[in-house]
Amino acid sequence: MPKTETFRSYKHRLDTALDNRFLRRAMDNFAVAYRTSRQNAFAGMDVDELVQQVADVKAGAIRNNAALLQQFTAKARAHGIHVHVADTAEDANRIIEEIAQKTGSKRIVKSKSMTAEEIHLNPWLETRGLAVTETDLGEWIVQLRKEGPSHMVMPAIHLSRFQVADLFTDVTGTDQDPEIERLVKVARQALREKFVEADMGITGANYAVADTGTLGIATNEGNARLVTTLPKVHVALVGIDKLVPTIADALTINRILPKNATGQAITSYVTWITGPSECKTAETGQREMHIVFLDNGRSRIAADPEFSQVLQCVRCGACANVCPVYRMVGGHQMGHIYIGAIGLITTYFFHGLENAKNLVKNCTNCGACKAVCAGGIDLPHLIKQVHARIQDETGHPLQSLMLAKVLKNRKLFHRLLRTAWLAQQPVLDRSDQARTMPGSGSGQPSDTGFLRHLPMIFSSDHNFRRLPAIARVPFRDRFADLNQPVDTPRFTIALFSGCVQDFVYPEHLEAAMRGFARYNIQVLFPMNQSCCGLPAVSMGETAAARDVALQNLDAMAVNGNNYDGVDYIVTLCASCASHLTHGVPKLVKEYAPEKAAAFAKKVVPFSVFMNDILGLDPVPGAGRKTAFHSPCHLCRGLDVHQSPRHLIEKSGNRYVPTEEEETCCGFGGSFSTTFPAVSREILTRKLDDVAASNADLLVTECPGCVLQLKGGAAQQGRNITVCHIAELLFP
Amino acid sequence: MTDLAAVFAQNASLVSAVVHQAATRDQAFDGAVDILLAKTPLVSLMPDPGPVSADSGETPVRTLAAPNLGTTDLQYLSQVCDTAGNIHLLQNGTRQFPGGIDMGVTWADYGIADTGTLVIASDSEETRLATMLCEVHVALLKVSDIRPAADSMAEELAAMTDRTGSYTAFITGASRTADIERVLAIGVHGPLELHIILVEEE
Repeated sequence: MPKTETFRSYKHRLDTALDNRFLRRAMDNFAVAYRTSRQNAFAGMDVDELVQQVADVKAGAIRNNAALLQQFTAKARAHGIHVHVADTAEDANRIIEEIAQKTGSKRIVKSKSMTAEEIHLNPWLETRGLAVTETDLGEWIVQLRKEGPSHMVMPAIHLSRFQVADLFTDVTGTDQDPEIERLVKVARQALREKFVEADMGITGANYAVADTGTLGIATNEGNARLVTTLPKVHVALVGIDKLVPTIADALTINRILPKNATGQAITSYVTWITGPSECKTAETGQREMHIVFLDNGRSRIAADPEFSQVLQCVRCGACANVCPVYRMVGGHQMGHIYIGAIGLITTYFFHGLENAKNLVKNCTNCGACKAVCAGGIDLPHLIKQVHARIQDETGHPLQSLMLAKVLKNRKLFHRLLRTAWLAQQPVLDRSDQARTMPGSGSGQPSDTGFLRHLPMIFSSDHNFRRLPAIARVPFRDRFADLNQPVDTPRFTIALFSGCVQDFVYPEHLEAAMRGFARYNIQVLFPMNQSCCGLPAVSMGETAAARDVALQNLDAMAVNGNNYDGVDYIVTLCASCASHLTHGVPKLVKEYAPEKAAAFAKKVVPFSVFMNDILGLDPVPGAGRKTAFHSPCHLCRGLDVHQSPRHLIEKSGNRYVPTEEEETCCGFGGSFSTTFPAVSREILTRKLDDVAASNADLLVTECPGCVLQLKGGAAQQGRNITVCHIAELLFP
Repeated sequence: MTDLAAVFAQNASLVSAVVHQAATRDQAFDGAVDILLAKTPLVSLMPDPGPVSADSGETPVRTLAAPNLGTTDLQYLSQVCDTAGNIHLLQNGTRQFPGGIDMGVTWADYGIADTGTLVIASDSEETRLATMLCEVHVALLKVSDIRPAADSMAEELAAMTDRTGSYTAFITGASRTADIERVLAIGVHGPLELHIILVEEE
């Protein structure tokens, strides 16, 4: 990998990974199996409660980090352990090199340590003539292949047994069968000799317990036990974020770490070393023990109120395990050293802007990582924040600056969208009558259909889905005609349309208006509302997102300066709903925190309003087999799961479950235009799952998902109709 | 068996530990030697198999390390081994067998029921090596030493780990890896088998 990789070259690597059939199959199997094994491991436990406990322990330990380091050091020194503190990666490398020199160590065995990967310890020691052998099987394999781990817990998950057999054939000089049981035995034999010959053992640690000066190390293979028992010298490289006050705290973390990492209740071994332990071959009868505490930017993160939660990471790797992008492209493409969502963030801090700038865009913002994070870290939010910071440091790209400028000016934004209707006329698809004739396509006269082909500024990559045309008349211009006076309304709501439904899919909102009229709902549509601001957040334009948020807070305050005039603020876009509920209060916390909180409290997604609040009556219907795609921002963003499924049943249709209903469709806003090839593959997988359910209809609750799924189904010639749940309920 | 012991046994079995029961300590050692005799003798991982010589040359010699036993236990085990014959019983010098030993038999200090975990004070190098270099690890655990969960015994663990030179091992099942294609394989570095004998006698 070149030091500063271009975006083009990064995309090329992604394409290569997408074409790697073994990788794709391995990742796919893993993604599906992981979900089940994690669920089983946590059976009968309150996972949220456990995560909260871990988050509390880690957050407390970060706040008191300096004191814990001092306490640990004093305790460890009293035991006779040498304690070093390294400010930088280079300091740590040099300290370890010096220990090797002073102790006359030439041969080193290592157990797995992401921290050692972080500082590039092996190359440092090897260029100084030391022989370093990784003893974790996966790490040994990737070391022999001269590559880095592709997962924090399973370093060689990107390789097949055949590749390993070939590698071991080269290493041992004997033909090796691609039989896993035997390959493992090859490693057992080859590595035993390395253990015996080694002068020094290097480990990481999962926990550094301050009140006793104890390290805790979790492994499955038991290699860390041999690394810390056979050689005369033990060096542990430990990030200062691994400090915890007591063993009880370490045990709290250890209850969730293995379950989240691999679905195991506990790893085969957890080794608690206070040291220096007995070593019969050492002159003193005791092993020489060194602990090198590594800062390398951690103090800077700890001092940053926005990012300090990054240090709540326990390195379980779960954020990669559930990431739809990781699943498509593997860890080498989804991290620099640290993999997965946490890797997108820490790369910026540990390995610099240059290594982070491409990676950080590779996120659909689906929130799957946040939902499983053992440390309760708001990973998607922080990824966007890193993106924003990188843009602040390097200058914002023209595209993103324009977006910010346009979004901040609602009138300009909406004028542009209206102009776009004219501009698209040359590329409108008029041949497909089913989609352009009034009353066809979605069944609504307002469905303008698809574009015939994409404007020339897009590359052919973007052709994986058909793009919808902009509507001739946006919803905001139709509202007055659609709105019917209600004498004794059951509820009064303000409708937040979001820009996609206002200008691209007004038929979703028209359907909803039919429903509101039927159920005696008085609807207000504040005309000054604009885009919710989520696209600006996605593009790293935080300031614009904040401006837009403040504009919307004013626009939606129909009763002067508050929201008392309406019972609810309803939106048909799950992404808007989630952003208005969680994103807006975060963005304006220093400007209008109370107003934002009052606003957020009123926001409800359409299905919740219809099912839970209004309590829609079931109606007889055609009983069509209807699949549901759960928008990420609905199921994880707002914790809404059953309401839309109930509505499908109430609409007189039959809900049919599909595999992975709550997995991202690959849209992710600007993600799908930045990484069209990855987006296409995620989409195809989604459509395959839907096809397997034999459903006639695919319903969802977010216009972004509709755009992706409907356009993808049309492009791929899938025999399925895609619509918004409002269209299903009120055709 | 107590409820707690049953939970322990069930969870240990889930990670492929073999759980046995014995009413007395002596019966536990009898059981351990039976497991040893039933096992295929070790083929050393290293060219030099260590200082083992068979008395007869007929029956292969098996090496048994028993590092952390008290005098009475050791005397009894020694007798059982003598009776069986061709067993090389080690209390010290396990380091001279880096290519492996057939069996390590140790007492465990605690059992943790909710994960089927053994807690073994392994401060002594002999205890560590016996449990790492053996092909089969037989751990003896008194039923009364089983605790419900790790966090319910934090104080005991804090005391164990607060000693200079402390090396406290949590052991749950045999050494395992899933590093190649996520396929579970047992015995990559440590024992290929873990047997736990639950002992009723105090």
